[in-house]
This record gives sequence, structure tokens and C-alpha cells, in this order.
Amino acid sequence: MATENKKVLMKGNEAVGEAAIRAGCQCYFAYPITPQTETPEYLSRRMEEENLVFLQAESEVAAINMVFGAAAAGVRVMTSSSSPGMSLKQEGISYIACAEMPCVIINVVRGGPGLGNIEASQADYFQSTRGGGHGDYRCIVLAPNSVQESYDMTVQAFDLADYYRMPVFIQSDGIIGQLVEPFVMGPYTPMFDELPPKEWALTGCAGREPNVIRTLFLNPPDGLEKQNVRLYEKYDRIEAEQQWYEDYNCDGAEVVIIAYGCASRIARSAIKTHNGNGSKVGMFRPKTLWPWPKKRLIEIAENNPKVKFLVIEMSMGQMIEDVYISLMDIVPKSRIAFYGIGGGWHPTPDSVYEKIQEVLAE
Amino acid sequence: MKVLKTQPKSITTEGTKYCPGCGHGIVLRLIGEIVDELGLREKMILTAPVGCAVVLYDYITCDVIECPHGRAPAIGTALKRVHPDKFILIYQGDGDLAAIGAAEIIHAANRGENMSVLFVNNAIYGMTGGQMAPTTLIGQKTTTSPTGRCVKGMGKPIRVCELLSSLEETKYLERTSVHSARNINKTKAAIRKAFVNQINGIGFSLVEILSMCPVGWRLSPRDSQSFIEEQMTDYFPLGVYKDTD
Repeated sequence: MATENKKVLMKGNEAVGEAAIRAGCQCYFAYPITPQTETPEYLSRRMEEENLVFLQAESEVAAINMVFGAAAAGVRVMTSSSSPGMSLKQEGISYIACAEMPCVIINVVRGGPGLGNIEASQADYFQSTRGGGHGDYRCIVLAPNSVQESYDMTVQAFDLADYYRMPVFIQSDGIIGQLVEPFVMGPYTPMFDELPPKEWALTGCAGREPNVIRTLFLNPPDGLEKQNVRLYEKYDRIEAEQQWYEDYNCDGAEVVIIAYGCASRIARSAIKTHNGNGSKVGMFRPKTLWPWPKKRLIEIAENNPKVKFLVIEMSMGQMIEDVYISLMDIVPKSRIAFYGIGGGWHPTPDSVYEKIQEVLAE
Repeated sequence: MKVLKTQPKSITTEGTKYCPGCGHGIVLRLIGEIVDELGLREKMILTAPVGCAVVLYDYITCDVIECPHGRAPAIGTALKRVHPDKFILIYQGDGDLAAIGAAEIIHAANRGENMSVLFVNNAIYGMTGGQMAPTTLIGQKTTTSPTGRCVKGMGKPIRVCELLSSLEETKYLERTSVHSARNINKTKAAIRKAFVNQINGIGFSLVEILSMCPVGWRLSPRDSQSFIEEQMTDYFPLGVYKDTD
């Protein structure tokens, strides 16, 4: 495919596949699961056209370990899945995070727990931002709210993964993944001037000392404690450098909605209607779920001491914990309202509108 | 005086953490000899398993990835897809390969991945202190089958070579043992063949090696050798199960 800026019409799940190829992804491993199956379907064809590695694994467990292997071998690699499949990948993600292997993981979130359903959901927020697997680790989590962002963020995710040497998630959902929208398929533009060379990669030890990729660190405190401290120094750096957000109409707002991904688009429609009616409603949209963009949210709260917050999520309330933590010293919980829909269903512009009215009337 | 044997160059000189009488050290020595003979050290990537051989990278001087329990065939698959010109050696034990990693080995074999797998079968979980493995013999006492493994409720030991031989993309499957000098020599020939197969692009090769675990079996090193000779080889017959070379 040509690399010039081109407006195309595609599903979110296909856009992330094309983005991976544009970003130089050499290997893709996955297992079918609704609502993300368009990504493996799309890449089964495209990876072959580009003479790249596509492999349908026997399980999510195998797929994430193939990701581990390919990342260790020194190439850009991706997998994708949806919630129940992501649970299975958590073992591998913990190892990959510990071994500091760069990779991109797409989660097209569906309703849970259990088999749940196949509708859009945001109930994997805890899983993605709190680790999911065992041990002390973090992953960068990017949350697109359109097909354009699904494409752009997937390309950027590869750079972030290589730059910080860690797994990077794209946290999409059943709606963003299935949505067909026009978007500009831009060429790969590097995020960083330079990426660290992969001197640690397993390529056979000709002309150098052997490389060992390991996650076993016996003999504390020289072993694992040291490794974890090092990881957390890196995570601190990322928190300082990569807090992504969008804010809309927040200055002087009476109510600021906090929502990400699909929920933020629905909220935006409700805000449009509302602001036509006189009261001022804004929105703060995290684009990174980890690191959570608390600096800007604190600023909004400090600039606007009477503002009320309304957190909207397609879950029973998970991101709201980060809102509480960010604002705990400056905004009482009574000024933070919540509107959530669990079970794989989504709010409507009308239901958000009603909720805004309620918050304003309180 | 003539030097007949020296330590393989690819093996470190610090020694291993294996228990006295354990078979892993013998397998390690054989790998080292063949790696030296075939000049593979700088071309190879080894997968270390979860189990007693987890720190293989302390013993062999080559590129190594330490794998989650059972997942080495999936990791090896990716390594080989990225580096088809490199030599990929998969080293697994019986809990690793035949229990928690059963799916990964079956599907890697079924895809016919061009890899060499060494499956060290000592019929027990050694590192965790002697629990029942998928290859534990009927009647064999372990810490989780204290009255002996019985068929009812625990099933029979899994014969990996026989199981994999039904998969048409497997190219070479042989079961050997390291309980005697004669068998060690046969094991070396089998490992060598599995390695050469990969180099020649033949496809999936696996050598199942019956190996002693005196500590896990609560037997002396000598009685452990007899246990293989008299009991293990009875249920796990030695020999070639597939050779399409």
C-alpha cells in the first residue's frame, strides 16, 4: 500500500492492523475472539502480502508467549484479543513486563466478568491499569475514541514500547473496534528522535557475550528487589513524560464530565445539547489510562474551585478510583458523581443529558 | 599422555546445581559436546524451562530465554519464525512439556516447527520436591500420590513420543535414556540427529530422555539407574517412534 496521506474507510479493528504494518510490525500472533476477530482476519491477508509473520495460535496463552519470543528476538510484534482472551494473556504479560520486552497488545474490551457478552464495555480498566498479571509492574495503556485514534495510537504504541522497553496496550472496545469511519492513513512518523538499540536481543552470540532474557531473580535484595526498583524508576519517568488527555470546554464549567473511549463520544453528544441550553458543561478525556493524566485534572479542579465532576464509564466504576486518588486533597467525594453502565451496555446521549441535569440540580 | 575428553567449550566451568545422580547434568554434557562438534554456540538460541534446568544459562554460554512454565514451544516457534537461520533448542521437563505445556508442544509439533526439542522425562516434579508428574509410573509414590499413583482418578502416565507420533508433521521422535553408558551414547546420537535435522530443515524433532531423579524418587543414585532399567523402560519403551528423514 502507498504511504501518502490517504483518507480511507475502515473498521477500527482493521485500522489497528494496518497501523501495525505501517509501524514496522514484523510478527502478529492471535486467537479468534469476538469482537476483535477482524484484526486477525485482516492481518492474515496483509501480513502475507508484506511477507511478514502471521500465526493463528492454539490459544491466547500461546499467542502471548509467541509475542514474548518475537520481542526477545528483537522485532516489533503485536497481538490482539478481547477481555476473556486478555485474562489468559496475563501470565505472559507479567513475564514480558518483567523481562522488559517491547510489544503492542490490543484489547477490544467486551462485557465481563466470565464469558460476559460480546458488546462494548470498559470493565477491563482495572486489569489493564493495575497489572492484571502477578507482580509489581505497569503497562502503558492508550485509549482511542475513534478509528483515526485507533490507527494513530497503534503506530505510536510501537515507538513507546521500544523507547521504554515495555508492553503497550491499546484499550479499545466493541464499538470502537467495530465502528466503520473514514480516517487519514498517515505514514509512520517516529515519536522519538532516536530509539535505544536492541543490544539485548537474542540473535545468536556471534562476536559478543551471550544475551540472556530472564524473569527469575533469586537472592533478594540484590535480585528481584533491585529489578523492581529499576522498573519503578522507569514507570516514574513515564508518569512524568506521557500523560495524554484532551480537554474540552473545561474553563469555567459548572460540570466537567470525565470519560474515555466510546463513553467520551456519547458524552460529547450530550454536552453539545446541554451547552445549547445555557449551562456550561465540559469534558476531560484521558487518552492514556496509565499513566493516568492527573496533572491536568488537578489543574482543572484548582482553576475552578466550585466545579462538579461527573465520571461516566461503561463499567460499574473503575476509572473513578483514579479520579478519587487524583483529587483526594482538593475535591471532596461529594462533588464527584458517577454514572456507569455495566454488563456490556452503553449510555445514550439522552441518559447522559439527564444525569448532567441531576448533577447540576444537586 | 593423550587427552581423550575435555569439558565442552560451550559449557561453563562453575559446575551445576543439580543433585548427585541427577540425569540433567549428563544431558547438559551431551548438548555441550554436540554444540561444539557442530559449531552451533554462536548460532543458537536456547529456551530454559521452569524446573530444575531453569538456570541453564548459567551452564551453557549461548543466547537463552527463560520461559514461563510449559510455554517454550510457543516462544521457540516465534524465535524460529523471526530467525529461521538460527538454531533453536527447546529444553523441557515432564511437568513442563506433558502437563502445563501439553497444548503448546502438541501444536508446535503439529505445525511442524523446524526445532529440536529435548524432553527430559524423570517421572516427577523435581524442583518443587517430588510431586506426581504426568509421566509418574503406576504405583510410584510421590508427595502428592503418597500411596502410589493409581489409574483410577489419576490416569496412566502419558507416553509423549507415542502421542506425538500420530501428528504427521513430526519428523523424528526417539526415546532414549541416560541410566547407563551404553544408553548415554545412544542418547548422544539421538540428540545429534535432532540437531542435524533442524540444520538440514527437516522439521520437528524431539528426543525424550528418561533421566534419574534420586532425590525426588527417594532412591540412591544406583537404585535410580535400576529404576529406569527395570521399571521405566518397561512402560516407556526405548526406541525410534518416527523417522521420516
